[in-house]
Amino acid sequence: MPYSTEAMARRAAREIPQGAIVNLGIGLPTQVADYLPEGHAWLHSENGLLGTGPFPYEGDEDPNLINAGKQTVTVLPGGSTFDSATSFAMIRGGHVDLAIMGAMQVSTGGDLANWAVPGGKVMGIGGAMDLASGCRRLIVMMQHVTKKGEHKLVRACDYPLTAARVVSLVITELGVFEPTGHGFKIIELAPGVTREAAEAATGAPLV
Amino acid sequence: MRGRHDQKVVASVAEALAPLEDGMTIMVGGFGLSGNPEALIKGVVERGVRDLTLVSNNAGNLGKGLAQWLRAGILKKVICSYIGTNEDLHTRMASGEVKVEITPQGTLAERMRAAGAGIPAFYTPTGVGTVVEQGKEVREIDGRRYLLERALHADVALVRAHTADRFGNLRFWRTARNFNPAMASAAKLAIAECDHLVDNGAIDPDDVHLPGIFIHKVVHVPEHENAFEFRTVRKRPT
Repeated sequence: MPYSTEAMARRAAREIPQGAIVNLGIGLPTQVADYLPEGHAWLHSENGLLGTGPFPYEGDEDPNLINAGKQTVTVLPGGSTFDSATSFAMIRGGHVDLAIMGAMQVSTGGDLANWAVPGGKVMGIGGAMDLASGCRRLIVMMQHVTKKGEHKLVRACDYPLTAARVVSLVITELGVFEPTGHGFKIIELAPGVTREAAEAATGAPLV
Repeated sequence: MRGRHDQKVVASVAEALAPLEDGMTIMVGGFGLSGNPEALIKGVVERGVRDLTLVSNNAGNLGKGLAQWLRAGILKKVICSYIGTNEDLHTRMASGEVKVEITPQGTLAERMRAAGAGIPAFYTPTGVGTVVEQGKEVREIDGRRYLLERALHADVALVRAHTADRFGNLRFWRTARNFNPAMASAAKLAIAECDHLVDNGAIDPDDVHLPGIFIHKVVHVPEHENAFEFRTVRKRPT
Protein backbone atom coordinates (compact mmCIF):
# COMPACT_ATOMS: atom_id res chain seq x y z
CA MET A 1 0.00 0.00 0.00
CA PRO A 2 1.58 3.28 -1.05
CA TYR A 3 1.37 6.16 1.43
CA SER A 4 -1.88 8.13 1.42
CA THR A 5 -1.51 11.92 1.27
CA GLU A 6 -2.23 11.88 5.00
CA ALA A 7 0.58 9.38 5.59
CA MET A 8 2.92 11.51 3.44
CA ALA A 9 2.02 14.59 5.49
CA ARG A 10 2.59 12.66 8.76
CA ARG A 11 5.94 11.44 7.46
CA ALA A 12 6.97 14.98 6.45
CA ALA A 13 5.93 16.28 9.90
CA ARG A 14 8.48 13.86 11.46
CA GLU A 15 11.27 15.74 9.64
CA ILE A 16 10.45 18.96 11.51
CA PRO A 17 12.52 19.48 14.67
CA GLN A 18 11.00 20.99 17.81
CA GLY A 19 11.31 24.78 17.67
CA ALA A 20 12.07 24.98 13.95
CA ILE A 21 10.96 27.76 11.60
CA VAL A 22 9.18 26.09 8.69
CA ASN A 23 7.65 27.33 5.44
CA LEU A 24 5.02 25.03 3.94
CA GLY A 25 4.31 25.36 0.23
CA ILE A 26 0.89 25.75 -1.31
CA GLY A 27 -1.16 22.55 -1.76
CA LEU A 28 -0.04 19.18 -0.37
CA PRO A 29 2.70 20.60 1.93
CA THR A 30 0.15 22.86 3.68
CA GLN A 31 -1.44 19.66 5.08
CA VAL A 32 1.73 18.91 7.07
CA ALA A 33 0.59 21.54 9.60
CA ASP A 34 -2.32 19.25 10.58
CA TYR A 35 0.13 16.65 11.95
CA LEU A 36 2.40 18.93 13.99
CA PRO A 37 1.86 18.82 17.76
CA GLU A 38 0.70 22.15 19.19
CA GLY A 39 3.66 24.45 19.87
CA HIS A 40 6.09 22.17 18.01
CA ALA A 41 7.29 24.58 15.28
CA TRP A 42 6.76 28.10 13.95
CA LEU A 43 5.16 28.32 10.52
CA HIS A 44 6.37 31.11 8.24
CA SER A 45 4.16 32.46 5.42
CA GLU A 46 6.18 34.48 2.93
CA ASN A 47 3.49 37.14 2.52
CA GLY A 48 4.54 38.40 5.95
CA LEU A 49 3.49 36.15 8.83
CA LEU A 50 5.43 34.11 11.39
CA GLY A 51 3.41 31.95 13.75
CA THR A 52 0.69 31.04 11.27
CA GLY A 53 -2.20 29.32 13.03
CA PRO A 54 -5.05 27.09 11.79
CA PHE A 55 -7.99 28.28 9.72
CA PRO A 56 -10.22 30.66 11.72
CA TYR A 57 -13.55 29.62 13.20
CA GLU A 58 -16.51 30.49 10.99
CA GLY A 59 -17.28 34.16 11.47
CA ASP A 60 -13.75 35.07 12.62
CA GLU A 61 -12.16 35.10 9.16
CA ASP A 62 -10.26 38.27 8.18
CA PRO A 63 -9.44 38.89 4.48
CA ASN A 64 -6.31 40.74 5.61
CA LEU A 65 -4.95 37.80 7.60
CA ILE A 66 -3.95 35.21 5.02
CA ASN A 67 -1.21 32.71 4.23
CA ALA A 68 0.87 32.61 1.04
CA GLY A 69 -1.85 30.52 -0.61
CA LYS A 70 -4.22 33.46 0.06
CA GLN A 71 -6.30 31.32 2.43
CA THR A 72 -7.68 32.96 5.57
CA VAL A 73 -5.67 31.86 8.62
CA THR A 74 -5.05 32.87 12.24
CA VAL A 75 -1.92 34.03 14.05
CA LEU A 76 -0.73 32.18 17.17
CA PRO A 77 0.38 33.85 20.41
CA GLY A 78 4.01 34.91 19.85
CA GLY A 79 3.37 35.37 16.15
CA SER A 80 4.31 38.47 14.18
CA THR A 81 3.50 40.25 10.93
CA PHE A 82 5.96 42.12 8.71
CA ASP A 83 6.49 43.44 5.20
CA SER A 84 7.55 41.40 2.15
CA ALA A 85 11.15 42.67 2.08
CA THR A 86 11.63 41.60 5.72
CA SER A 87 9.91 38.28 5.04
CA PHE A 88 12.30 37.47 2.19
CA ALA A 89 15.27 38.66 4.25
CA MET A 90 14.25 35.86 6.65
CA ILE A 91 14.22 33.40 3.75
CA ARG A 92 17.28 34.57 1.80
CA GLY A 93 19.23 35.25 4.99
CA GLY A 94 19.00 31.60 6.04
CA HIS A 95 16.73 32.21 9.03
CA VAL A 96 14.06 29.76 7.83
CA ASP A 97 15.18 26.28 8.89
CA LEU A 98 13.12 24.20 6.54
CA ALA A 99 10.85 24.54 3.52
CA ILE A 100 8.53 21.80 2.28
CA MET A 101 7.42 22.21 -1.32
CA GLY A 102 5.71 20.40 -4.13
CA ALA A 103 7.64 19.67 -7.33
CA MET A 104 7.26 18.71 -10.97
CA GLN A 105 10.76 17.21 -11.20
CA VAL A 106 13.68 16.55 -8.87
CA SER A 107 17.07 15.43 -10.21
CA THR A 108 19.63 13.12 -8.65
CA GLY A 109 21.77 16.21 -8.06
CA GLY A 110 19.00 17.81 -6.01
CA ASP A 111 17.88 20.23 -8.73
CA LEU A 112 14.28 21.38 -8.30
CA ALA A 113 11.76 22.21 -11.06
CA ASN A 114 8.39 23.34 -9.77
CA TRP A 115 7.32 26.61 -11.39
CA ALA A 116 6.68 26.02 -15.06
CA VAL A 117 5.76 23.25 -17.50
CA PRO A 118 7.44 23.62 -20.91
CA GLY A 119 4.76 24.82 -23.34
CA GLY A 120 2.22 25.14 -20.51
CA LYS A 121 0.50 28.13 -19.00
CA VAL A 122 2.99 30.23 -17.01
CA MET A 123 1.67 30.51 -13.46
CA GLY A 124 4.59 32.58 -12.21
CA ILE A 125 7.46 32.12 -9.79
CA GLY A 126 6.05 33.55 -6.56
CA GLY A 127 8.33 32.82 -3.62
CA ALA A 128 9.51 29.43 -4.90
CA MET A 129 12.97 30.45 -6.13
CA ASP A 130 13.74 32.50 -3.01
CA LEU A 131 12.61 29.68 -0.72
CA ALA A 132 14.41 26.96 -2.66
CA SER A 133 17.73 28.78 -2.69
CA GLY A 134 17.41 30.50 0.68
CA CYS A 135 16.05 28.06 3.25
CA ARG A 136 18.52 25.90 5.18
CA ARG A 137 16.91 22.58 4.22
CA LEU A 138 14.44 21.74 1.47
CA ILE A 139 12.12 18.74 1.44
CA VAL A 140 9.96 17.93 -1.56
CA MET A 141 6.57 16.28 -1.15
CA MET A 142 4.98 15.07 -4.37
CA GLN A 143 3.40 12.20 -6.28
CA HIS A 144 6.13 9.86 -7.54
CA VAL A 145 5.08 10.10 -11.22
CA THR A 146 2.88 12.47 -13.26
CA LYS A 147 -0.80 11.73 -13.98
CA LYS A 148 0.38 10.45 -17.38
CA GLY A 149 2.86 8.14 -15.63
CA GLU A 150 6.00 10.13 -16.55
CA HIS A 151 8.98 10.07 -14.18
CA LYS A 152 9.39 13.00 -11.80
CA LEU A 153 12.49 11.71 -10.03
CA VAL A 154 14.96 12.03 -12.89
CA ARG A 155 18.68 12.12 -13.79
CA ALA A 156 18.39 15.71 -15.01
CA CYS A 157 15.40 18.06 -15.02
CA ASP A 158 14.11 19.04 -18.46
CA TYR A 159 11.56 21.45 -16.97
CA PRO A 160 12.74 25.01 -16.14
CA LEU A 161 14.69 24.97 -12.87
CA THR A 162 13.59 26.69 -9.68
CA ALA A 163 17.02 26.23 -8.10
CA ALA A 164 20.01 23.90 -8.55
CA ARG A 165 21.35 21.42 -5.95
CA VAL A 166 18.90 22.31 -3.18
CA VAL A 167 16.67 19.28 -2.45
CA SER A 168 17.65 17.23 0.63
CA LEU A 169 14.81 14.73 0.72
CA VAL A 170 11.87 13.64 -1.43
CA ILE A 171 8.70 12.17 0.11
CA THR A 172 6.31 10.44 -2.30
CA GLU A 173 3.54 7.88 -1.98
CA LEU A 174 6.14 5.18 -2.66
CA GLY A 175 8.60 6.18 0.06
CA VAL A 176 11.33 8.55 1.12
CA PHE A 177 14.33 9.20 -1.13
CA GLU A 178 17.52 11.24 -0.93
CA PRO A 179 19.25 12.69 -4.03
CA THR A 180 22.87 11.52 -3.91
CA GLY A 181 24.32 12.85 -7.16
CA HIS A 182 24.29 9.54 -9.05
CA GLY A 183 20.86 8.35 -8.01
CA PHE A 184 18.29 8.41 -5.25
CA LYS A 185 19.09 6.64 -1.98
CA ILE A 186 16.11 4.74 -0.58
CA ILE A 187 15.58 5.99 2.96
CA GLU A 188 12.41 3.96 3.30
CA LEU A 189 9.72 2.40 1.11
CA ALA A 190 6.01 2.68 1.93
CA PRO A 191 4.58 -0.55 3.38
CA GLY A 192 4.10 -3.13 0.63
CA VAL A 193 5.98 -1.15 -2.03
CA THR A 194 8.73 -3.28 -3.56
CA ARG A 195 12.11 -2.02 -4.65
CA GLU A 196 11.24 -3.16 -8.20
CA ALA A 197 8.05 -1.09 -8.20
CA ALA A 198 9.94 1.98 -6.97
CA GLU A 199 12.67 1.44 -9.59
CA ALA A 200 10.11 1.23 -12.38
CA ALA A 201 8.58 4.51 -11.26
CA THR A 202 11.92 6.34 -11.01
CA GLY A 203 13.89 7.83 -13.91
CA ALA A 204 17.27 7.31 -12.24
CA PRO A 205 19.04 4.53 -10.32
CA LEU A 206 17.90 3.79 -6.77
CA VAL A 207 20.91 3.27 -4.55
CA MET B 1 6.95 78.17 -0.10
CA ARG B 2 5.56 74.68 0.53
CA GLY B 3 7.78 71.70 1.18
CA ARG B 4 6.98 68.18 0.01
CA HIS B 5 5.57 67.26 3.39
CA ASP B 6 3.15 70.12 3.94
CA GLN B 7 -0.61 69.49 3.97
CA LYS B 8 -0.61 65.83 2.91
CA VAL B 9 -4.21 64.98 3.66
CA VAL B 10 -6.36 65.44 0.55
CA ALA B 11 -10.15 65.51 0.45
CA SER B 12 -10.75 62.95 -2.29
CA VAL B 13 -9.29 60.09 -4.29
CA ALA B 14 -9.58 62.23 -7.45
CA GLU B 15 -7.50 65.00 -5.85
CA ALA B 16 -4.89 62.46 -4.71
CA LEU B 17 -4.61 61.03 -8.23
CA ALA B 18 -4.56 64.38 -10.08
CA PRO B 19 -0.75 64.24 -10.74
CA LEU B 20 -0.98 60.94 -12.66
CA GLU B 21 -0.02 60.96 -16.34
CA ASP B 22 -0.12 58.52 -19.26
CA GLY B 23 2.85 56.15 -19.46
CA MET B 24 3.76 56.27 -15.79
CA THR B 25 5.12 53.33 -13.78
CA ILE B 26 2.83 52.71 -10.82
CA MET B 27 3.44 50.35 -7.90
CA VAL B 28 0.36 49.09 -6.10
CA GLY B 29 0.53 47.37 -2.71
CA GLY B 30 -1.21 44.13 -1.91
CA PHE B 31 -0.66 40.38 -1.87
CA GLY B 32 -3.44 38.97 -3.98
CA LEU B 33 -6.53 40.91 -2.95
CA SER B 34 -5.24 41.50 0.60
CA GLY B 35 -3.92 44.95 1.50
CA ASN B 36 -5.17 46.58 -1.72
CA PRO B 37 -5.75 50.35 -1.90
CA GLU B 38 -9.20 49.65 -3.33
CA ALA B 39 -10.45 53.22 -3.77
CA LEU B 40 -7.21 54.39 -5.42
CA ILE B 41 -7.28 51.38 -7.80
CA LYS B 42 -10.82 52.29 -8.87
CA GLY B 43 -9.86 55.97 -9.00
CA VAL B 44 -7.06 55.39 -11.51
CA VAL B 45 -9.55 53.87 -13.99
CA GLU B 46 -11.81 56.90 -13.51
CA ARG B 47 -8.81 59.24 -13.87
CA GLY B 48 -8.46 57.95 -17.44
CA VAL B 49 -4.66 57.58 -17.65
CA ARG B 50 -3.32 54.92 -20.04
CA ASP B 51 -0.23 53.00 -21.19
CA LEU B 52 0.76 52.37 -17.59
CA THR B 53 3.39 49.99 -16.31
CA LEU B 54 2.08 48.25 -13.19
CA VAL B 55 4.31 46.77 -10.50
CA SER B 56 2.28 44.40 -8.31
CA ASN B 57 2.80 40.92 -6.89
CA ASN B 58 -0.31 39.52 -8.63
CA ALA B 59 -2.02 42.28 -10.67
CA GLY B 60 -5.40 41.30 -9.21
CA ASN B 61 -7.34 38.05 -9.26
CA LEU B 62 -10.91 36.79 -9.78
CA GLY B 63 -11.70 39.95 -11.79
CA LYS B 64 -11.14 42.06 -8.68
CA GLY B 65 -8.53 44.55 -7.50
CA LEU B 66 -6.01 45.38 -10.24
CA ALA B 67 -7.85 43.12 -12.69
CA GLN B 68 -9.99 46.24 -13.17
CA TRP B 69 -6.98 47.96 -14.78
CA LEU B 70 -6.51 45.00 -17.12
CA ARG B 71 -10.20 45.05 -18.08
CA ALA B 72 -10.07 48.82 -18.64
CA GLY B 73 -7.16 48.32 -21.06
CA ILE B 74 -4.92 50.93 -19.40
CA LEU B 75 -1.84 48.73 -18.95
CA LYS B 76 1.00 48.15 -21.39
CA LYS B 77 3.22 46.20 -19.02
CA VAL B 78 3.01 44.29 -15.74
CA ILE B 79 5.94 43.43 -13.48
CA CYS B 80 4.78 40.74 -11.03
CA SER B 81 5.86 37.53 -9.32
CA TYR B 82 2.79 35.32 -9.70
CA ILE B 83 -0.16 35.07 -12.09
CA GLY B 84 -1.86 31.89 -10.86
CA THR B 85 -5.59 31.99 -11.53
CA ASN B 86 -5.62 35.62 -12.74
CA GLU B 87 -7.35 34.92 -16.07
CA ASP B 88 -7.55 38.62 -16.95
CA LEU B 89 -3.74 38.69 -17.04
CA HIS B 90 -3.35 35.27 -18.72
CA THR B 91 -5.53 36.27 -21.67
CA ARG B 92 -3.88 39.67 -22.20
CA MET B 93 -0.39 38.17 -21.88
CA ALA B 94 -1.30 35.49 -24.45
CA SER B 95 -2.72 38.05 -26.90
CA GLY B 96 0.32 40.31 -26.49
CA GLU B 97 -1.81 43.24 -25.32
CA VAL B 98 0.14 43.38 -22.05
CA LYS B 99 3.85 42.60 -21.72
CA VAL B 100 4.57 40.61 -18.56
CA GLU B 101 7.85 40.46 -16.66
CA ILE B 102 7.91 37.76 -13.98
CA THR B 103 10.33 38.23 -11.09
CA PRO B 104 10.90 36.06 -8.02
CA GLN B 105 8.83 37.50 -5.18
CA GLY B 106 11.72 38.18 -2.82
CA THR B 107 13.72 39.79 -5.62
CA LEU B 108 10.72 41.99 -6.47
CA ALA B 109 10.48 43.16 -2.84
CA GLU B 110 14.21 43.70 -2.50
CA ARG B 111 14.49 45.61 -5.80
CA MET B 112 11.98 48.11 -4.42
CA ARG B 113 13.55 48.19 -0.97
CA ALA B 114 16.92 48.88 -2.64
CA ALA B 115 15.43 51.68 -4.76
CA GLY B 116 14.02 53.31 -1.64
CA ALA B 117 17.32 52.92 0.20
CA GLY B 118 19.49 54.43 -2.56
CA ILE B 119 21.10 51.14 -3.58
CA PRO B 120 21.23 50.85 -7.41
CA ALA B 121 21.75 47.08 -7.60
CA PHE B 122 22.51 44.08 -5.39
CA TYR B 123 23.71 40.49 -5.64
CA THR B 124 21.24 37.75 -4.74
CA PRO B 125 21.40 33.94 -4.81
CA THR B 126 17.77 33.71 -5.97
CA GLY B 127 17.44 32.62 -9.59
CA VAL B 128 21.03 31.42 -10.13
CA GLY B 129 21.02 28.59 -12.69
CA THR B 130 17.47 29.43 -13.85
CA VAL B 131 15.88 31.52 -16.61
CA VAL B 132 15.98 34.49 -14.22
CA GLU B 133 19.76 34.53 -14.69
CA GLN B 134 19.50 35.32 -18.43
CA GLY B 135 21.10 38.63 -19.38
CA LYS B 136 22.31 39.35 -15.85
CA GLU B 137 25.80 39.61 -14.42
CA VAL B 138 26.74 36.54 -12.36
CA ARG B 139 29.49 36.82 -9.82
CA GLU B 140 31.04 34.33 -7.42
CA ILE B 141 31.46 35.68 -3.90
CA ASP B 142 33.06 33.48 -1.22
CA GLY B 143 32.45 30.37 -3.35
CA ARG B 144 28.77 30.93 -4.10
CA ARG B 145 27.22 32.35 -7.29
CA TYR B 146 24.97 35.41 -7.22
CA LEU B 147 22.98 37.44 -9.75
CA LEU B 148 23.11 41.20 -10.04
CA GLU B 149 19.57 42.57 -9.76
CA ARG B 150 18.78 46.25 -10.27
CA ALA B 151 16.73 48.56 -8.09
CA LEU B 152 13.13 49.10 -9.22
CA HIS B 153 11.80 52.68 -9.11
CA ALA B 154 8.34 54.06 -9.87
CA ASP B 155 6.67 57.37 -10.57
CA VAL B 156 3.84 56.64 -8.17
CA ALA B 157 3.07 54.14 -5.39
CA LEU B 158 -0.47 53.48 -4.20
CA VAL B 159 -0.53 51.89 -0.75
CA ARG B 160 -3.12 50.79 1.78
CA ALA B 161 -2.76 51.46 5.49
CA HIS B 162 -4.95 50.66 8.46
CA THR B 163 -4.16 53.92 10.25
CA ALA B 164 -2.47 57.11 9.07
CA ASP B 165 -1.81 60.35 10.89
CA ARG B 166 -1.74 63.74 9.15
CA PHE B 167 2.03 63.55 8.57
CA GLY B 168 1.55 60.20 6.81
CA ASN B 169 2.97 57.92 9.50
CA LEU B 170 1.39 54.55 8.78
CA ARG B 171 0.30 51.44 10.59
CA PHE B 172 -0.80 48.32 8.73
CA TRP B 173 -3.18 45.53 9.67
CA ARG B 174 -1.96 41.91 9.84
CA THR B 175 -0.77 40.58 6.46
CA ALA B 176 -2.09 43.65 4.61
CA ARG B 177 1.40 45.18 5.05
CA ASN B 178 3.15 43.03 2.40
CA PHE B 179 4.69 45.16 -0.40
CA ASN B 180 3.22 48.48 0.75
CA PRO B 181 6.23 49.86 2.69
CA ALA B 182 8.86 48.98 0.06
CA MET B 183 6.69 50.40 -2.73
CA ALA B 184 6.10 53.67 -0.89
CA SER B 185 9.86 54.08 -0.46
CA ALA B 186 10.62 53.33 -4.13
CA ALA B 187 8.28 55.91 -5.71
CA LYS B 188 8.65 59.64 -6.37
CA LEU B 189 5.04 60.14 -5.25
CA ALA B 190 3.58 57.81 -2.60
CA ILE B 191 -0.16 58.03 -1.93
CA ALA B 192 -1.64 56.23 1.09
CA GLU B 193 -5.27 55.20 1.39
CA CYS B 194 -6.13 54.68 5.06
CA ASP B 195 -9.07 53.11 6.87
CA HIS B 196 -8.54 55.42 9.85
CA LEU B 197 -7.14 58.96 9.89
CA VAL B 198 -5.87 60.29 13.22
CA ASP B 199 -4.16 63.45 14.44
CA ASN B 200 -0.39 63.64 14.71
CA GLY B 201 0.63 62.22 18.06
CA ALA B 202 -2.17 59.65 18.21
CA ILE B 203 0.23 56.97 16.97
CA ASP B 204 3.04 56.47 19.46
CA PRO B 205 6.37 57.06 17.64
CA ASP B 206 7.50 53.56 18.63
CA ASP B 207 4.40 52.08 17.02
CA VAL B 208 4.85 53.62 13.55
CA HIS B 209 5.34 50.88 10.90
CA LEU B 210 6.26 53.25 8.05
CA PRO B 211 7.50 56.76 8.86
CA GLY B 212 5.70 59.60 7.10
CA ILE B 213 8.84 60.66 5.23
CA PHE B 214 7.96 57.94 2.68
CA ILE B 215 4.39 59.22 2.12
CA HIS B 216 3.38 62.34 0.20
CA LYS B 217 -0.41 62.22 0.16
CA VAL B 218 -3.02 60.67 2.45
CA VAL B 219 -6.64 60.00 1.59
CA HIS B 220 -9.11 58.72 4.16
CA VAL B 221 -11.35 55.90 2.89
CA PRO B 222 -13.40 54.46 5.77
CA GLU B 223 -15.24 51.75 3.79
CA HIS B 224 -13.52 48.87 1.98
CA GLU B 225 -14.77 45.70 0.37
CA ASN B 226 -11.72 43.68 1.57
CA ALA B 227 -12.52 40.83 -0.80
CA PHE B 228 -11.81 37.26 0.24
CA GLU B 229 -9.70 35.31 -2.22
CA PHE B 230 -9.95 31.90 -0.51
CA ARG B 231 -12.22 31.94 2.51
CA THR B 232 -11.07 28.97 4.58
CA VAL B 233 -12.62 28.28 7.99
CA ARG B 234 -13.11 25.50 10.52
CA LYS B 235 -16.20 24.58 12.50
CA ARG B 236 -16.48 26.23 15.89
CA PRO B 237 -16.59 23.60 18.65
CA THR B 238 -20.06 23.46 20.18
